[in-house]
Amino acid sequence: MNVGIGLPSAVPGTRADLLVEWSAKADEGSFSSLGVVDRLRYDSYDPMTVLAHAAVATRRIGLVTMVVIGPLRNNAVLAKEAATVDHLSGGRLTLGLAVGARGEDYKAAGVSQRERGERLTNQLADLRAIWEREETGRLTESGWGPPVIVGGMSDATFLRTARYADGYVHGGGPPRTFERAADKMHTAWRDLGRTGRPLLWAQGYFALGDAETVERGRAYMRDYYAFTGPFAERIAEGMLATPQAVAQFVRGYAEAGCDELVLLPAVADIAQLERLADALGGVS
Amino acid sequence: MGAGPAGLYFSLLLRKARPESDVKVIERNPAGATYGWGVVFSDRTLTSFREADYKTYAQITDDFIIWDAIDVRYRDSVIRCEGQVFSGIARRSLLGLLHARCEELGVKIEHDRAITHPDELNDYDLVVGADGVNSVIREANADSFKPRFSPGTSRYIWFGTRRVFDSFTFAFRENAHGFFQAHAYPFDGQMSTFIPECDEQTWRNSGLDTADEATSIAYCEELFESDLRGHSLMSNNSRWINFETLRCKTWHHERIVLVGDAAHTAHFSIGSGTKLAMEDSIALVNALETKPDIESALIEYELERKPRVERFQEAARQSQDYFENTRVYRHMEPPQFAFHLLSRSGRIDYDDLRVRDPDFVSEVDRWFIATARPEKAGLALATPPAFAPFRLGDLELSNRVAVVAAPTYSSIDGVPPADALSGPARSGAGLAFTDIVAVSAHGRVTPDDSGLYDETHAEGWLAEITELRAHSDAAVGVTLSHSGPRGSTRPRDRAADIALEEAMAWTPIAASPQTYSPRSLPAAEIDGSRLSDVKDDFVRAAVLAGSAGFDLVELHMAHGYLLGSFLSPLTNARSDEYGSDPMRYPLEVLDAVRVEWNDKPLGIVMNASDWARGGISLDDAVAMVTRFKEHGCDVIRVVAGQTTSRYSPRYDPYFLTHYAERIRNRAGIATIATGDIRNVDRVNTIVAGGRADLCVLATA
Repeated sequence: MNVGIGLPSAVPGTRADLLVEWSAKADEGSFSSLGVVDRLRYDSYDPMTVLAHAAVATRRIGLVTMVVIGPLRNNAVLAKEAATVDHLSGGRLTLGLAVGARGEDYKAAGVSQRERGERLTNQLADLRAIWEREETGRLTESGWGPPVIVGGMSDATFLRTARYADGYVHGGGPPRTFERAADKMHTAWRDLGRTGRPLLWAQGYFALGDAETVERGRAYMRDYYAFTGPFAERIAEGMLATPQAVAQFVRGYAEAGCDELVLLPAVADIAQLERLADALGGVS
Repeated sequence: MGAGPAGLYFSLLLRKARPESDVKVIERNPAGATYGWGVVFSDRTLTSFREADYKTYAQITDDFIIWDAIDVRYRDSVIRCEGQVFSGIARRSLLGLLHARCEELGVKIEHDRAITHPDELNDYDLVVGADGVNSVIREANADSFKPRFSPGTSRYIWFGTRRVFDSFTFAFRENAHGFFQAHAYPFDGQMSTFIPECDEQTWRNSGLDTADEATSIAYCEELFESDLRGHSLMSNNSRWINFETLRCKTWHHERIVLVGDAAHTAHFSIGSGTKLAMEDSIALVNALETKPDIESALIEYELERKPRVERFQEAARQSQDYFENTRVYRHMEPPQFAFHLLSRSGRIDYDDLRVRDPDFVSEVDRWFIATARPEKAGLALATPPAFAPFRLGDLELSNRVAVVAAPTYSSIDGVPPADALSGPARSGAGLAFTDIVAVSAHGRVTPDDSGLYDETHAEGWLAEITELRAHSDAAVGVTLSHSGPRGSTRPRDRAADIALEEAMAWTPIAASPQTYSPRSLPAAEIDGSRLSDVKDDFVRAAVLAGSAGFDLVELHMAHGYLLGSFLSPLTNARSDEYGSDPMRYPLEVLDAVRVEWNDKPLGIVMNASDWARGGISLDDAVAMVTRFKEHGCDVIRVVAGQTTSRYSPRYDPYFLTHYAERIRNRAGIATIATGDIRNVDRVNTIVAGGRADLCVLATA
């Protein structure tokens, strides 16, 4: 299993120069990918733009959105943006898409939330067609667009992924919840007669260091997930706060069949990247 | 609110944790008035009682009757499965000791006071609605709690009896009116609870719908005479009712919280509501103790308990579904009937039962192998059911596992690629299936599909089958298909149902004009002469299948392919005779293939459900299968969905198995189960329980 690291692009107050330093350090180390999350009404950077920025500071590392809220975006514009990032990075983009969970983001974008599932399904079909037919110019490195992975927990998610995408990205939680979702993904994939197997991605949050640092991470998670109401506290409790927790989490996901796990920082401090690299040093 | 087990247990636990708090139980009924006979707990529940309050735990266990077996009384036999530890107590004793413990701890209990609205309790910081399934507290805030009742379809009635059972007992009896069962369990050393149940039709046939209590008692005493051993049934103000499952959107609202039956009910056949209610009480007190304020405690309680109760309710729903349909299984021999019953809820499988009672499972193994190989009857050693042979006409399969070749989209002009069967050949399965094989070039899904419409294809398959037979004793099946509206698409390596580029494309056909998916080509309605041509294509493929050496032919009539597009109302809008009888064309194809394929085994791949509104339902599928069987179909591979590109799939591992089970037992035909069946334990559970005869193993 590959292990990637998130950029702190959705941690409020993260400076642009930290993003550059973070990207370069991750690229020098052994992380397989740099991940970004998407949120419209929050003090965060736009995921596609920030990956373009990271592309300049890196040479080899994969760039992944975990995930872009697809239905908020026009299909042709998104196809063009993704093709641009893919081209600027020399074909390093993996595009993660999902419907997202926040009504306020839909309201802010002026998009109806009601048929978001259907919109995402059609978007997946459209993106491939746009890239293949070069409707927005010839930009993607592969000729058919970057790999597309889809997030969500519903049975409809697994169906649209099996029909139109390359893989699945899990939204977080203990390894056994990932395993249950991965089983369903495999079932849907076989059911539609797809060849090979789906790519399986997953994510988790971490904050490593003294008690004050860990609490800063938890406070961020409570704030970021405040829209989930009572669940925010539970999500914060699930944050990986010790090297031991990181090691067990990584091991659990590897055994559950995950291809690539991206660990997202809850604290925007370059020491976090170093501590995570140290914690992982003891894993593989 | 409510001096049942939930209310009393919550109150004593809270008072114990916070002796300074003012805890009061308000009950509408007078002291000592109780309903119901006995209550059952599992050993796991008892462990949680021990941790919560040792003194009540000790008193409860002092009064307990403990047993470790389930008896299935069916036809002339009594089959016992041990290792299932339960304990029972009289509801009256339980309430008495909880009551006494409440008084000891200083909980105030006010009887004979009916509350009509929670506003009457405004002086309290927290109001706990423990007032049962007809909760006044819940109904006063129904807009917040949003209770939803789902009624069951069978009728049951609570009785007591002095016949002391030494196990949890299920008794099944049939008479001219229909099929009945009783759930019975001991609870205080002198009495047992005895609950007769039957489906609505049987209930009406027997006149019990208009019978008074005494008549119902007399009827059930006669029906279950051998099980009651002459003991009488005792009234408990008993009426025939149907079980209603209650679910609420939320369990708390401001300072009001629901526990027990007020919040949820689950079918009595997998455990008592009292168990859930008392576990709720423990969780609520824990939350109040660990959270800083009442609001976050109520959130914590709901987060902790609601998902657990919902999982329990899902298992209870499967168990309830079983008991509502027991007549479907009355053809089963006792060992299979008992095994099916014990594994009904999906929570206990073959391996679990082997741990609990190895002798019971060995008995099932021995019975199972004898059904396949009568000469093995009575042998001391028997293989697990997955490895028992199976006979399909003259074809003997060495075990119950089928493996389907993974799709590769690597054929050239329909000729199968080398290694087309190497996956199944190496699997050890008793039956190897090809991926879908086209009956004509036009009937391919993609240009790279394998076919069986030319001598060269038959030669190619013959070579593959010869190669397979060198390594494996598996029988080989070919799944013949015409792609219909899903044809003319690209190989499914990067996506599925994406139309070919114009230069390579052909016009797909379907029962009625349609466009399968947003990126498919429009399909034209198949006309009269094409109907006859396609039928001939299927017949030619069957002839070629014979020369290639296939043992089994399957016709694909599911997933929105051509024959499937006739069967479903979602895709067949024809005004001719093929629309008025949607089965007419698929049956014509079946009849024609049946003639050419002689007496060799012939199967159909069929949707048990389209998973879409207005599509094929399970009942429709059973009716169709009955006709396919009359026309000489031997076996059904059960799948679902994909009739159109828009449907609501269920990737739950038990769903497709459930469909295979109902089709097998209602239409009386061999079935092949599909879905997420990934190990031998699942195969054992499915075939031993009579849910299917063969299982397609999911190979990742």
